[in-house]
Amino acid sequence: MSRRFTPKVVTANALLEGDNVWLTEDDRWSRDMAEAEFIEDEAHGQIRLLFAQSQASVVVGAYLADAKMGQCGPEPTHFRETFRTRGPSNYHHGKQAEESTHV
Amino acid sequence: MYKYNEFDEAFVRERVAQFRQQVERRIDGSLTEDEFKPLRLMNGLYLQLHAYMLRVAIPYGTLDSRKMRQLAMIAERWDKGYGHFTTRQNIQYNWPKLPDVPDMLEALADVEMHAIQTSGNTIRNVTADHFAGAAADEIADPRPVAELLRQWSTDHPEFQFLPRKFKIAVTGSPNDRAVTKSHDIGIRMVEKDRQPGYEIIVGGGLGRTPLIGKVIRDFLPAQDLLPYVEAIVSVYNLLGRRDNKYKARVKITVHEHGIDTIRDLVEERFAQLRPEFGGGDQELLAEIEAAFAPPAFRDAATDTYEAAYDSDPVFRSWADTNLTAHRNAQYAIVSISLKAHGKTPGDATAEQMRVMADLAERYGHDELRISHEQNVILPHVHKSDLPAVHAALKDAGLATANIGLISDIIACPGMDYCALATARSIPIAQEIATRFDELKLEHDIGQLKIKISGCINACGHHHVGHIGILGLDRAGVENYQITLGGDGTENAAIGTRTGPGFPADEIVPAIERIVYAYLEHRESEEETFLQTYRRLGMAPFKAALYPAEERADAA
Ligand code: SF4
Repeated sequence: MSRRFTPKVVTANALLEGDNVWLTEDDRWSRDMAEAEFIEDEAHGQIRLLFAQSQASVVVGAYLADAKMGQCGPEPTHFRETFRTRGPSNYHHGKQAEESTHV
Repeated sequence: MYKYNEFDEAFVRERVAQFRQQVERRIDGSLTEDEFKPLRLMNGLYLQLHAYMLRVAIPYGTLDSRKMRQLAMIAERWDKGYGHFTTRQNIQYNWPKLPDVPDMLEALADVEMHAIQTSGNTIRNVTADHFAGAAADEIADPRPVAELLRQWSTDHPEFQFLPRKFKIAVTGSPNDRAVTKSHDIGIRMVEKDRQPGYEIIVGGGLGRTPLIGKVIRDFLPAQDLLPYVEAIVSVYNLLGRRDNKYKARVKITVHEHGIDTIRDLVEERFAQLRPEFGGGDQELLAEIEAAFAPPAFRDAATDTYEAAYDSDPVFRSWADTNLTAHRNAQYAIVSISLKAHGKTPGDATAEQMRVMADLAERYGHDELRISHEQNVILPHVHKSDLPAVHAALKDAGLATANIGLISDIIACPGMDYCALATARSIPIAQEIATRFDELKLEHDIGQLKIKISGCINACGHHHVGHIGILGLDRAGVENYQITLGGDGTENAAIGTRTGPGFPADEIVPAIERIVYAYLEHRESEEETFLQTYRRLGMAPFKAALYPAEERADAA
């Protein structure tokens, strides 16, 4: 039985800072999830993941994360991924304290 | 305080130099992450949810002011101005950048510290009673033995690739403050016919399969410690399951083979190893013991303490809660709470670290300890200095009078930092502490330990919390399971689950219902939560927690 493919984004941590990054359609790594490539096809997702994994000198631990399309771009569907777009809840540190920039 | 010898110093410096090259080679692309990961883990560097994390070992939780100031400097220079003290008596920095880490390690080496063996399948930082060398109830200071074990296990060629990580704890006191029964090996000092020795416990552990350690030897003569411990680790190294990560800890080995079989194998191996040690370890121990000689205690009047105690209710409340009896009656052990209501358990700012370092230097024979309960200890403070210490702590936001109370919560980093987490733990701790502070009930409630973990790995020791909270992911929502009746002392017990868990916005009211049930059912103010639970069992707490179901059952 084939299940419907849940849309995905490719995400990882930047090698130097460890900060969370997302793969864009034009092969950049953005620190802003809204800029991520929204992947709706499973086979394409695998190709993008392989590409991400070949970027070993830029990112670490690339994986496919579930996403949904929001008003400004892809958004997380699971709370863990939401925290990754924001930072910790006990201090105003991480992404919530920074402006988005590119790797 | 124990000083590194030349060998230690050279070893640590060499490791830093090696790691500097490894980081360079990772950044320039000549090392892949698969090649680099084991190397960074060997140096305490993890990749967490938002950033890297550097875990620094604080052997048996002991520091002096110089080390504490260096930790503060590192926090300010390369991190975000604070550090997080963990349940393994370590400190973690949550925001280091990869290119800076070699410099951080270099700065640690300058004060004889390092991050070696804080991860990986090796023998980890050896922990000890945080009141070691000071407690009134102590047989002997457990730290020389912990240091001996540290030296023996550091870079031990046979034990760099164990089936799984391996944790050892030592206590010198019958009141177990080092949670020895939930370690891979727990060592308790005992005396038999006036001879010093150890009770050796093996196979304790929390995590996915929580088990209380079993006594493998009820009396081991002191001089046999190293060969015996080596025998245990070596039997485990051969028998431990490498096929399944979840069954690889020694607790499972003991569970599967039975303690009697393990004991026989260990005795056999011990008989082979014992002659090989030839007493060199005992000479070393004697040297180490000399370095741990107690400080020159002052002999002075304590009436300033008594005067402050009688006249200042804030000081009195703090003294009643945060002081522990010292073996020298003129002295006290000060526990500095890193659990200000609403703050992150175990976090200290660089400024607070400096204040604690200054106090240790000025009033505390230059000694500091980190407790597994994520507080900082000044083990030797003369009572006449306590009012001054308290005043300085108050100015730094460090005078919260809540040691052992409901807001003195152990919480692991959970999903605010940890990549393995299934839910957050810090905000739950913050909310519980804030709530009970508002209710002004915590002193009335008395001794009650809440421990929170953000996943089944149980770094927050939730199984041994009087009230344990485990954060889980249930269908994409944070959900919290409660256990009651856990105990991390010499009467160690694993808590029992109350029933279905609670979503994040219902967990604080749930804890409140448990506490009110306790207040209602306790026989007297002296009966602690744990005693009431042991007397009455789960029923009244369950009724308070799940009232609707009770009614449904009765109908
Ligand atoms: S208990 Fe789980 S969430 Fe908490 S620190 Fe350990 S691994 Fe991370």
